[in-house]
Amino acid sequence: MATTIAKPELLVGKRLRRREDPRLITGTATYVDDIKMPGMLYAVIVRSPHAAASIKSMDVSKAAQHPGVAAVFTGKDTEKVGPVPCGSSLPGLRVPHHYILAPERVYFVGHPVAVVVATDRYVAKDAADLIEIDWDVRGAVADPEKAIADGAPPVHPQWPDNKAFTHHQEGGDVDKAFAEADVIVKQRITSQRLIPTAMETRGVVAEWRAADRQLNLYSSTQIPHLMRSLVAQMLGLEENRLRVVTPEVGGGFGSKLNVYAEEALMGFVAMKLGKPVKWIESRRENFLCTIHGRGHVDYYEVAAKKDGTITGIKLLIIQDLGAYHQLLTPAIPTLSVLMMPGLYKTANIRADIIGAFTNCVPTDAYRGAGRPEATHGIERMVDILAAELKMDPVEIRLKNFIQKEDFPFPTATGLTYDTGDYSLPLKKALGMVGYEKLRAEQAEKRKKGELMGIGISTYGEICAFGPSPATPAGGWESATVKIDPSGKVTVMTGCSPHGQGEETTFAQIAADELGIDIDDILVLHGDTAIVQYGIGTFGSRATAVGGTALYFALQDLKAKIKKFGAFLLESDDATLAGGVVTCNKTGASKTLQEIAGATYRAMKLPANTEPGLIATHFWEPTNFTFPFGAHIVVSDIDRETGGITIRRYIAVDDCGNILNPLIVDGQVHGGVAQGLGQALWEEAVYDESGQLVTGEMTDYVLPRAHMMPWIESDHTTTPTPVNPLGVKGVGEAGTIGCSPAMVNSVVDALSPLGVRHIDMPMTPEKIWRLVQGASSQEPVARMGERL
Amino acid sequence: MIPQTFEYTAPKTLEEALQIIAGGGKPLSGGMSLIPMMKLRLAAPDHLVDLGRLKDLHYIREEGGALHIGATTTHQDVASSALVRGKCPLLAQTAGGVGDPQVRNRGTIGGSVAHADPSADYPAAMQALEAKFVLKGAKSERTVAAADFFLDTFLTALEPGEIVREVIVPVEDGSTGTHYEKVVQKASGFAVVGIAVRISRKAGKIVWARVGVTGLANHAYRATAVEKGLAGTSGGATEVQNAAAVVADGIEANSDLHASAEYRKHLAVVHTIRALLAALARTA
Amino acid sequence: MNINLKINGKTHSDDVEPRLLLIHYLREVVGLTGPHVGCETSLCGACTVECDGKAVKSCTMFAVQADGANVTTIEGLAVDGKLHAMQEAFWNEHGAQCGFCTPGMIMASKQILDRNPHPTDEEIRMGLEGNVCRCTGYQHIVNAVRAAAKAGA
Repeated sequence: MATTIAKPELLVGKRLRRREDPRLITGTATYVDDIKMPGMLYAVIVRSPHAAASIKSMDVSKAAQHPGVAAVFTGKDTEKVGPVPCGSSLPGLRVPHHYILAPERVYFVGHPVAVVVATDRYVAKDAADLIEIDWDVRGAVADPEKAIADGAPPVHPQWPDNKAFTHHQEGGDVDKAFAEADVIVKQRITSQRLIPTAMETRGVVAEWRAADRQLNLYSSTQIPHLMRSLVAQMLGLEENRLRVVTPEVGGGFGSKLNVYAEEALMGFVAMKLGKPVKWIESRRENFLCTIHGRGHVDYYEVAAKKDGTITGIKLLIIQDLGAYHQLLTPAIPTLSVLMMPGLYKTANIRADIIGAFTNCVPTDAYRGAGRPEATHGIERMVDILAAELKMDPVEIRLKNFIQKEDFPFPTATGLTYDTGDYSLPLKKALGMVGYEKLRAEQAEKRKKGELMGIGISTYGEICAFGPSPATPAGGWESATVKIDPSGKVTVMTGCSPHGQGEETTFAQIAADELGIDIDDILVLHGDTAIVQYGIGTFGSRATAVGGTALYFALQDLKAKIKKFGAFLLESDDATLAGGVVTCNKTGASKTLQEIAGATYRAMKLPANTEPGLIATHFWEPTNFTFPFGAHIVVSDIDRETGGITIRRYIAVDDCGNILNPLIVDGQVHGGVAQGLGQALWEEAVYDESGQLVTGEMTDYVLPRAHMMPWIESDHTTTPTPVNPLGVKGVGEAGTIGCSPAMVNSVVDALSPLGVRHIDMPMTPEKIWRLVQGASSQEPVARMGERL
Repeated sequence: MIPQTFEYTAPKTLEEALQIIAGGGKPLSGGMSLIPMMKLRLAAPDHLVDLGRLKDLHYIREEGGALHIGATTTHQDVASSALVRGKCPLLAQTAGGVGDPQVRNRGTIGGSVAHADPSADYPAAMQALEAKFVLKGAKSERTVAAADFFLDTFLTALEPGEIVREVIVPVEDGSTGTHYEKVVQKASGFAVVGIAVRISRKAGKIVWARVGVTGLANHAYRATAVEKGLAGTSGGATEVQNAAAVVADGIEANSDLHASAEYRKHLAVVHTIRALLAALARTA
Repeated sequence: MNINLKINGKTHSDDVEPRLLLIHYLREVVGLTGPHVGCETSLCGACTVECDGKAVKSCTMFAVQADGANVTTIEGLAVDGKLHAMQEAFWNEHGAQCGFCTPGMIMASKQILDRNPHPTDEEIRMGLEGNVCRCTGYQHIVNAVRAAAKAGA
């Protein structure tokens, strides 16, 4: 009997509401702190109040005797566990041994020194307060430039210069470019330390099943499989005896792309006590002890011709590493170097990085991870050059853009940009904002002394991390698709999303490929006992790499479905469409359900075909993807107070093909919020003694609803050839595009006053001082000495 | 996140509450300042006396040409009260900008005043309104003017055993315009600088002006020099600017991460001008 | 001490330490998972619940202060399996990403419309002043409140 199949509606590209939301909007999702187990104990960690000190003595006896306390462990007990791993390798990198509990010396405020385990969190906290520590406080240094200056207190006594590494990279002939330049502009540009502040702090539940020799670790992480490998190593446990589960994860932004002391510590405690144990980070601990982002001091020099052609870029990055290397700490500034030319056709670059130890919590990947710093730098420098040459910032960008026909484009930093047409989003954004009219308005306002700015950034970024040789721990991603005997489909992805919506977008991909109803598809992730090994969600990679792995797994499965369907139909000419295999000659057909049932029942099998319908694909990308876009900010400055009002925010992003515009918009908005946070409000401030002054939400300014402008978001679409989905990644784009547009806008507003650069965050007081004429221009002379 | 242990009593009557407070109990009203401090273990009272259940402390009424507001009246109740909005708009406006909606639902006028945070909003309005506070102890009751109440950072004229029982603010007549101008500390919601202004203008002349300032000094104060500078003038832009210029004179201004002393003083001048102009625009 | 209160329509009676925070009571004793802890300074709003008809931060209240109160959490918003219009709007408009702030955000949003059925965008944003979301940039949340207002929530 012939079946008429209506062409199924394609879901990719549709503005579908998310399938993960029902549990989130009803409060029934399970985050780590929602996990309860019989007999579960609760851990509170005792931390150093000093940035640099030695423990002269520690008395835990009162805490240990406190009613309800199961155990107290100190650094002496855990010396053999660990160390906390550094996953990046650079030539000559100095890696301090990172104990999970400091046995003797502490290096930053918040450094863990003991753990108290008790029947509940109230008791554990009471007992923790009973631990008495006699400290020998030492000199600390919290500023990276001061740290590498002569006479600074050594963070680690074995390396008195506080330099963890230096890194040099060069492309083309920089000296020639600078020697032949018509103009050279220089600027010191900082990208301040930021606190990622995922709304869910970190947390771990560890459960040791001694009889099974099985450790179950529930952790709020972006990388369950890597965590499993690394924590197993830290604990000396066979990897297959450790199961890592990421339940719902309440945001990461890079801060959970890591393995911290606490994961191994909770594993250690659970194994010692034979009982499940839970640790939930307080917000103060989160600010003090979870990685920070950025922390750059950059010295830029750009060489150019009179007509605005950029001929060379020199960059010195002084990276504030903090006291230790967390998983990727030293690698982050190297990403800045890779992206230092931005979208511009510059053949000559020279970059140096000095990685500086400070008595602060380590820096590591935070939304954008190295690329926001690079984009901020080059986009500021282009504006500074334009100002120097009295050129329009649009004109200078169009002049220097890599052209459409230049792709694939090999950059001076060794990358190959996949594809692009950089003028497209810029022109679209200019049209949206009404650029010419705004410039006319600005000219009128300037006559009246009013300060209005138009700031442009045209950004590029590296996404879809990435080819394995260029990505620590591997850059591939995995997917398994299994179809049950009843025809229902389960997708298991090795990336572990935490808010990005892959339970929806991956189901969209599978529904379209298999031609079935999306409600017949379940997407699972984040449990190493269920899901095949995977890498994780970070670096705007989940859809571009994980989605592509899924795409190829689906191709394998479709081939088998078709083969099996044809076999059942005894057809040598069959088509799979709409979840049905149809014989093109007879019109007879078999549904996916019928085929699935038959593959498992296995009464008859096609030659050389195994029973069952399951396919796994590990996909290794051949290149990164390179999304780009243009952001424009129109701002008005209150001369009297220095207050900044954002009048318009335009974001035109090209992230390739869009699977779900609703989700992509959400990513852009969230990214912009974090970019504006950096540009205007956020800064992790340490005082001279290494105390974190912004140690609570009372002092660290986070963007709130009433502080955010309306974001006018649009797209251009240039699919990447790197993967068959044509998707590039969008999780970090908003952040990367935002901060330079915002700063360029305010600098543009203040340019009639001679202002050329403003470091972030652009607080009203900073702006007011500039308006007052107090020069906050950075000491250009010092750059010459450094470069 | 976890407070230390304490004893808790929710007395049925004010008398009972005052007895316990006299014995060293710490009054708990909305708890919006006290509870976070207890959670961070920066405060650890032995005995909390919950005033929140005392119905006879929760009221807003007009009596003898003034508004009487019970100590446990929440910011939300003050901000949304038709009576306060109509008769003492400065207080309603100030209350509506304290903290955030959830904080305003729990935080109380008596608690805020008694806490005397140098960056809190209410004290500016209290100074400008020349509010009076009824302070009650187990065996005493007295009324203290705002000018004599705020003494220093977190320090007031409250004696041990006393609570703020009632806040008394004037009913404005038709000649008065008011405004509260606040520079928000964006992380905490407190005031970097807050300027509360009342101006009475009749027949084009300013009869009197009252200016309360918070955030700038160790406690909220009345900028009497500004007030004097305005009295008798017509309230023109230049007159306002000249008068406002002295708002921070002689003040040792606070300085912190969010604003230096110099900038705070400057903001005080700018926002005094703005508050005055806004208030003047509201005078008849 | 013993407390009696109504949570999501159901009566609860428990002995609690005076220092037990309402959020911990709801989560640890009552067994709810909707209200979350996102800070310790009463600034993030993830713990927002409704107490006697008003949105409050349950991390800045002791459970004993809620004795006799009528508490509604996110879990109590849907009636007979039908989502509250604000929940539906958050779903349709993509108001949640990681979802951690969402229960508190929805409770705060509900209060906005309880008090003002037709808020302006600015009123919506000011109504969310007590809640931090790190994922969405708030725009889709504003859209959700708008949509719920339109739907007559």
